[in-house]
Amino acid sequence: MTAARSKPVLDRRKVVAQLLKQRGDALIVAGLGAPTWDITAAGDHPLNFGTWGGMGGAAMIGLGLALAQPKRRVLVITGDGEMLMALGSLATIGVQRPRNLAVIVMDNEHYGETGMQQTHTRFGVDLAGMAKAAGFGATGTVYSAAQLKGWVSRIYQPGLAFVDIKVTTVTAPLILPPRDGTLLKNRFREALLGKD
Amino acid sequence: MLRDQRVSQVAYVPDFGHARLIELVRADRRMRAVALTTEEEGVALATGAWLGGERSVLLMQSSGVGNCINMLGMIQECRIPLPMLVTMRGQWGEFNPWQVPMAQATIPTLTAMGVIVQPVERAGDVAETAAAACRLAFNTCRAVAVLISQRVIGAKEFK
Repeated sequence: MTAARSKPVLDRRKVVAQLLKQRGDALIVAGLGAPTWDITAAGDHPLNFGTWGGMGGAAMIGLGLALAQPKRRVLVITGDGEMLMALGSLATIGVQRPRNLAVIVMDNEHYGETGMQQTHTRFGVDLAGMAKAAGFGATGTVYSAAQLKGWVSRIYQPGLAFVDIKVTTVTAPLILPPRDGTLLKNRFREALLGKD
Repeated sequence: MLRDQRVSQVAYVPDFGHARLIELVRADRRMRAVALTTEEEGVALATGAWLGGERSVLLMQSSGVGNCINMLGMIQECRIPLPMLVTMRGQWGEFNPWQVPMAQATIPTLTAMGVIVQPVERAGDVAETAAAACRLAFNTCRAVAVLISQRVIGAKEFK
């Protein structure tokens, strides 16, 4: 808990860029708000599904996708507020235990889109601990660039992983993907499955 | 029927009315049963399944419909196919008064979220309606809810 109170130093945009640098043919789902802007800033891609709504759904979208595409690595990149809304989904995923899914929380301990109100993680709620208890294999909380380095490769290795990455509240410029949900869905499916 | 419709992921929060179907799904190697902690998880799961090229259906009782409302916005915006098989509570000869409000709100809330609602009153119509709902959902990329009357399931009694 003492570590949880130390001030985050990592920049979310740099972290996400570093994580996605070696994405290869991985499939990326992002939670609404800043995580969707983060993955777009790292380079818009047809195999990105960045949500603009459906708060609490990101990890479960990742599960549906991971079960449908067992040979592809699936990364869910979301925020602490979004993940806190869907703690039950950690249990659901823990039971299914897909070996090709990593859930990554960009944890700035605040609700960024609504005026920077503190979330429960600010008060020590340990998301990685919850994921571990739910049955995720590799779990951890990252505070430093050195710790992050190990996780950059671990999220792409076989297994069910969860990592909570503590990031600063510095707001990055808005870099937006297309807004139309049907367009995002169709371009994702076409890139993955070919034309209908 | 679910096999004929090439459904791969069957998500559910258990209900007495679905018990036999859940058992059959669990015994079928071509389908994966995904037990949920709350119904809205199944709405998001269907989105991921469809992105990955698989078909999903969602089983729940009517009290779970309320848990899905915001997530159904994603289904409508992204045009994700989602057949929902809903067993009604709080309706035909219900014993528990706490079930009644959501039963009364089931059709209005689903309709408000753009879900096509197809109620079934007779046991003999369930399979045909469910198959038609799957075709409608998967062929036109929409959410379609089949509401199975409590008259079909039988009202639960506490004695």
